[in-house]
Formats: sequence, structure tokens, C-alpha cells
Amino acid sequence: MDVFGSFALLLAFVCALYALAGGIAAILTRHPLLIKSARQAGMAACALIFLATFSVVYLFVTDNFSMAYVASHSNRDLATFFKVVALWSGQEGSLLFWCFLMSIYIFSVLIAYRNKHGELMPYVGTILAGVQLFFLTISNFVASPFKALAIANASGGLEYYMRGDGSGLNPVLQYPEMIIHPPNLYSGYTGFTIPFAFALAALLGRYPGEKWIHLTRKWTMIAWCFQTVGILLGAHWAYAVLGWGGYWGWDPVENASFLPWLTGTAFLHSVMMQEKRGMMKIWNVWLVFITFMLCILGTLLTRSGVVSSVHAFAQSNIGNWFVGFLAVVLAICLFAFFKNRDYLESENQLDSMISRESSFLFNNLVLLVACVAILSGTLFPVFSEWFTGSRISVGAPFFNKVNIPLGLLLLFLTGVGPLLAWRKTSAESLKRNLLWPALVGLAGGVIVVLLGAASFDKVNIRIGLLLFLLSGVCRLLALRKSSFENLNRILLLLTVVGLLGGLIVILLGSREMFALVCFILSAFVAATIAVEYYRGARVIRARSGLSWLSSAMELTLRNTRRYGGYIVHFGMVMIFVGLAGQAFNKEVQKEIGVGGTVKIGPYELLLQAIDQKQEKNYVAERMIVEVMKDHKPVMILFPERRNFPTNQESGTMVAIYSTLREDLYVVYAGINQGSDVPTIHVFLNPLVKWVWYGGIVVVMGTIVALVAPRHAVLVLSGSKVPEAVAGFATAVPNSVATSVTLREGHD
Amino acid sequence: MKKQAKFGIGIGIILVSMASLAWLGYGESKTYYHTIAELETLQGTAAAHRMRVGGTVQPGSIHHASGRTDFVLLGEGKSLLVSYTGKDPLPDSFIDNSQALIEGRMGSDGHFDAEHVQAKCASKYEAAPGEVPRPSGSTGRS
Repeated sequence: MDVFGSFALLLAFVCALYALAGGIAAILTRHPLLIKSARQAGMAACALIFLATFSVVYLFVTDNFSMAYVASHSNRDLATFFKVVALWSGQEGSLLFWCFLMSIYIFSVLIAYRNKHGELMPYVGTILAGVQLFFLTISNFVASPFKALAIANASGGLEYYMRGDGSGLNPVLQYPEMIIHPPNLYSGYTGFTIPFAFALAALLGRYPGEKWIHLTRKWTMIAWCFQTVGILLGAHWAYAVLGWGGYWGWDPVENASFLPWLTGTAFLHSVMMQEKRGMMKIWNVWLVFITFMLCILGTLLTRSGVVSSVHAFAQSNIGNWFVGFLAVVLAICLFAFFKNRDYLESENQLDSMISRESSFLFNNLVLLVACVAILSGTLFPVFSEWFTGSRISVGAPFFNKVNIPLGLLLLFLTGVGPLLAWRKTSAESLKRNLLWPALVGLAGGVIVVLLGAASFDKVNIRIGLLLFLLSGVCRLLALRKSSFENLNRILLLLTVVGLLGGLIVILLGSREMFALVCFILSAFVAATIAVEYYRGARVIRARSGLSWLSSAMELTLRNTRRYGGYIVHFGMVMIFVGLAGQAFNKEVQKEIGVGGTVKIGPYELLLQAIDQKQEKNYVAERMIVEVMKDHKPVMILFPERRNFPTNQESGTMVAIYSTLREDLYVVYAGINQGSDVPTIHVFLNPLVKWVWYGGIVVVMGTIVALVAPRHAVLVLSGSKVPEAVAGFATAVPNSVATSVTLREGHD
Repeated sequence: MKKQAKFGIGIGIILVSMASLAWLGYGESKTYYHTIAELETLQGTAAAHRMRVGGTVQPGSIHHASGRTDFVLLGEGKSLLVSYTGKDPLPDSFIDNSQALIEGRMGSDGHFDAEHVQAKCASKYEAAPGEVPRPSGSTGRS
């Protein structure tokens, strides 16, 4: 099976080579048979990669310890489930897994479009083959999962060797979250290859811009969704397993996964500008190129050990290969760009500072500044070593200082952007009517800051006031230039909601200012989304007599991209609320004997007992902790330490009591060597659940946005439309939209 | 005002505020990386910086006392006495012979005050083809 697998992988390499070379020949000669055979070679390469991957899994499940990779990541006592997923627990296997996931995408693309877009697909297939070829080169010749163990025999030669038992899987990986985190994250990383291929193909082949964007939108959204889930799962794993009480440490590998997410989000938004107004073509094309290159950079940072991280695999020179590939990709992108630059001319210009386009522009700016800041901070040790000779690294204070204000600005744009109209709208002189809501907002902000001044850092106050000033000014200008008649009323409502939200938060006892601003803005954005749903649903309800909920659902289904997007925004708002809760974290660490108690917030924890339990490949030592609130027992938690005898390592199993309001997070920190008394480490983390639930809402929103919209039925008379007809999904040509929201000319 | 100029100002304000925040954050958190051998040669302000040092934990040197953990870090033939006084529990992979990365400052008497400790699994040794396996490990285990 090992020979079968490694041969399949080698054959995949040959097929990919043919797909690339044949693909180039097909483009140059346009011979239909060449086009077809290049595509089929690409599909064959994918199928062979599937076979190679399955054979590695087979080797794990059958305990084949003559293979180096299996021997170092598995052992006989390991649960079968973990033997299967040990495939992606190390360097070579995870690279093969990357190929596997990428091949799923490539196979789907090649099959789905095999009879369509004949002008574009040969280029796409060739580019995909090129990327696949790189990863197959690594998997075959640099870091192969099919390496066999060998040992020097008596006569000085080498002979095959099979070990009695393996070294076992790293205990830190033996958790459910860790199982699903790499597949999701890799599906995100590899997924961005598809829009990259289409963008480069369109540029090389001078294919009409709107078409390739329309084609890749679904793929980009799928890849983005997987990337989001992958990042959140990684955060959740760090939270539930590592036991330091947090979920994001600005670790280089965490940052590496976040960078393509930022540019991917920017791309998803700025692409709308190209669709509606034919603008930002150059920007979009380079945004996709950079997203793909950041994916490669991400995996480079994780695997090469160039910056030290808790995640890093063993150090090796595999980084050089990725750097080389990055250089080749960059060269090809630059070549394609300079050759066909004129094809990317903008059709329109930015008309007004305050318009939908400009809000997208600022959205992109904020996301890209965050991306550059995080990239610089992550790579700072490398750059500082080049220039000054000493390695200097920057930590969480740097990242937090820059990204928190950027996040708040992004949140603000999320609320304001959808309210603005495309292009420039006629200048309204409602300055006097609209001035005072903005002033109230500013005044409220200043009051909030002054009230909490005693516990704030001086710099925070200054920046906070600056931000409030900026937002107030933006709001002022927005109110001047945007033309909705009801806008002043809406914005007043939103300002009041925001201030009310802020007041409630003060009354509840919170003091940290950024968190406060975040809550105010979150209320602002949530109200924006609610207003949008209300306006649309109201019209549908008036025409069709459906209930509010059904009207809202009908509204969503008619315009899935827009309203799915609003659901995603709402999910992001929930995530921001969860992030803001971090400002109020509490923690306590204490040695307690059996019968001892520890207090945190409103909870009291009593250590009832400590017991031991033997599992298949580890010994679990756990505390039995009773949690009480106001002297009433609430629940019992079992924080654990697991000792794995095979590799002499230990792992922590955190016990978490999680509610929407806060997480009670209990760690069995070990036994104090000196006094033999167990140590307990307790955290009280507010609002953490909002992050995970927000992630679920984001996924749901993406799924909604991916669904094809229903077409509305033309209603000729004012009478009520019978339920059966109103709900009927007819794709009538030239169907007329009945919803006022469609009048604005987008989606 | 021309609209280009307005955009320019808006973008400029954002960039300038971000740059100043970045500068402040950098000052607060910059950490130099040094090897144990280099530590002896540091003088003056360089010795008082926050720094990171990497090395291997000397087997048998980990001592837990109340409120701190002492151990010895080995690297390139030199050794360094370390006291970890941070609140977070030490990582589970922090055992004898593990590779550790400590972050903190040099103390006054030649030992190192560590505020953060990261540790990676002890590197797994596998005999490369043609090499004789190390005597410390029998051929039956890695």
C-alpha cells in the first residue's frame, strides 16, 4: 500500500506536469484535443492525489510502523479515529492533505466548467496545474509522507526496518476541535487558489472583467467562509485546550491565517465596486493576487520556523522552496499585469467623498492597513535582523494598539456604508436638522470618557476622543451629502440607540473605553441592519399580507446576496461584542486542598475531590469542583490533566461553564512540587460565547448569500396575492421586482 | 476643496494615527532575541532590555517553589539560571530536555527573570540512513 501510494503521488506529479505543459501548448495552439487532454490530465492528477491520501490513511489505520511518518505520529494504543486524522498532524502529511483539499477544488472547477467559458478555462486549468505541480514537487521530492524507515545492517548497508510501536500522537492534538481546525483552515487557504487562477487567467486572456468576477464570487465566498471557520476553530481550540484563558495571542501562525482573511474580506467588498461601476479593476486583481500570496506566506511561516511560534513544526529548509514559489508567482503576476495593463482601465471615477464607493474604499483601506500592520509585526524579527543584526520581536501590545481602533472604525463603516447611495447624490442642506444628532453623539462620547477617566490610560483617552471626533465629522459630512429623506430620522434613531446602549453598559459597571465604544457601535450597526430588514419587510408585507417573519424571509430569499451579507455583518457584530468582553476578564490562581474554596466574581468554587482514571493511551488526573453562585450549587466541573506515558507528555483539559453572559474557565494547573497541594487557576471571561455564536451566524449568512435568489412575481392589481402564488418561485423572464429595495440598482 | 484632496486628508489622518499607535505599541512590547552566549557580552542599556532567549531545559534542573519556578537553560555549551515568576501555568510541554523560549529581563545577579515561557516538544531523534543511532537510545525507540 505504501508503494501504491507513493507511486500514485509520483504519477500525479507527471499528470500535473503534462497538464501544465499541455495547457500552455493548448493556449498557444488552441487545438481542441490539446485543451481536452490537458484538462483531463489535471483531473487525473486530482484523482491520483485522492488515492495517495487514502493510502496514507490506510497505512495509519493498519499500524504500518515501517513508514517514518506513521511511526512518528501514531501508536498502537491510539484510538482509530485519531489514527485517521493523524494524517495532518505533521509536516509531510499535512502537505499531502493540502494537496488533497486543493484537488477537490480543482476537480470541481474542471468538471463544472468543462463545456463552458471556453476562452477562459484553458488558462485557468494551466494556472491550477502550475500551483498543483509545486505542491506535488514538495510532496514527492522534498517532504514525502512515504519515507520508509531504514537502519544500518551488519554489512554496513541499509535495510528496511519496522518499529514495534510508534511514538504516538502529540497529546495537544487529541481533541475534537483540533481535528476539524486544519481541514477548515486548509480549505480556506487552498480555496483562494481558485479566484487567483481565474483572475490571472482573465488578465492573461483579456477576458471581460464582470464575467470572471461573477464566476469566482461563489468560490471566493466558500473559501472565505472556510477561512473564517478555520480561524475561529483555531481560536476555540487555543481557548479550550491550551489553558491560558484567552483565544488569540497574536502568535505568528495565528496572524498568518488572519492576513489572507483580511485581504479576502477587502476583495469581497471592493469587487462590488467593479460590478456596479467598473471601477477598481487594478486594485481588485492585485487584491486577489496578494490574497493568494498571503496564503502561501501563511503556510511558509507555519512550516519554516522563520519566526518562533508555539505552533511551529520542526525547523527545516522547506521554507526556501516556498519563498522560491512566492517569487515565481509574484514574477508571473507582475508580467501579466504589465503586459495587459490597459485591459484594466477604470470605466468610472470616484464621484463623492461620501458615497457607497468611498465607504468601500475606506473599508479596504482599514483592512489593508490592519494587514500591513500585522504582517510587519509578525515579520519584524526577520526584518530587524537584516537591518540591525539583532532579532527584535513585538508582542500583543503592538497588535492590540493598532488593531483595536481599526476594528472600531471598520465596525462604524459596517453600519454607515449600506446607508449610503452609489455615486454622489444631490447635496442636501439639512445641515441644521442633522447637525444636532451628530453633536449629541459627540457630547455623549465625551461624557462617557470623562465619567470613566479615572480608570483609563491617558493615551487611550486621547485616541478615543480623536476617534469620536473623526466619527462625528464623518457623520456630519455623511448627513450633508447623502440624499435619503429619511436618513436624518434613521441616523437620529441610531445615535439614540447607540447612546442608550452605552449608558446601559456604564450602569452595568463596565469601564474600559474601547469596549464601551465597541458596544455603542455594535448597537449602531445592529440597528442599521434591523432598519434595513424592517424597511424591506414592510413593503413585502403590505403587498402580500404575510407575517413579519415570513416577509423578512421572503425579502432575504429574493435578494440573498444583500441580505445574506447583512446576516454576515450581524455575525461580525456579535464577534466584536465578544471581543470587547475581554476588557473585563478576571482571573485568580490559588493552591487549594480538598475542601478548599476560591472566589471569583459572583462564583464560589469548592474542591470536592481529586481522582485518577486510566484511559486507552493516557492517565487522567482530575479535580472535581463544585461551582456555587449565591451559595446555591450551579454545576460540577472536571478540569483534568492527562499524562501520556508513551511520549512522556501531558495535556490539559480545561473545564468551562459557558453562558451568554460569561465563561467560568477552570484549569487544573498541577500539583505544587514543594507542598503537594494542587493549584487551581480560574478565569471569569465575559461574553466569550458571543464570538463562537457570531461565527455560526457568519457561516449561516454566507450560506444564505450563496443560495440563488428567487425572482419576484409581478403583481398587477392592488389586491392581496394568494399565499400559494406569493411563495411560488418562478423564473419569469423580464420579471418585475416589487420590492423597493431593488430600485437602487444593485443586487 | 478638490475631492482628491479630501480623500487624501481622510486617508492621511487614518495612516498617521495608525503609525503613531504602532510606534507606541512597538515601544511597549519590543523584545530583543539573544542567545545565552551573547548575554554575557551585553552591556549598559542593552542588558536592561526586554529580551527573549532560547535554549534547552537541563534535565533535573526544574524546581517548583511557591510563586516561582527555577530551572537551568542550556545553549551552545553555556548555561543560564532562570526564575519564572509569571502567573500563567507553565506549558505542558515544559519538561526536561524540551526546547524553551523565555521572555523577560536579566536580573541583577546574573540570573534571568522570565515573565513568559514557551516550550516545544523535545525533538524526536530518528537515525538518518547511514548513521549509527546514538547510544542513549536503543534501536527500538526513537
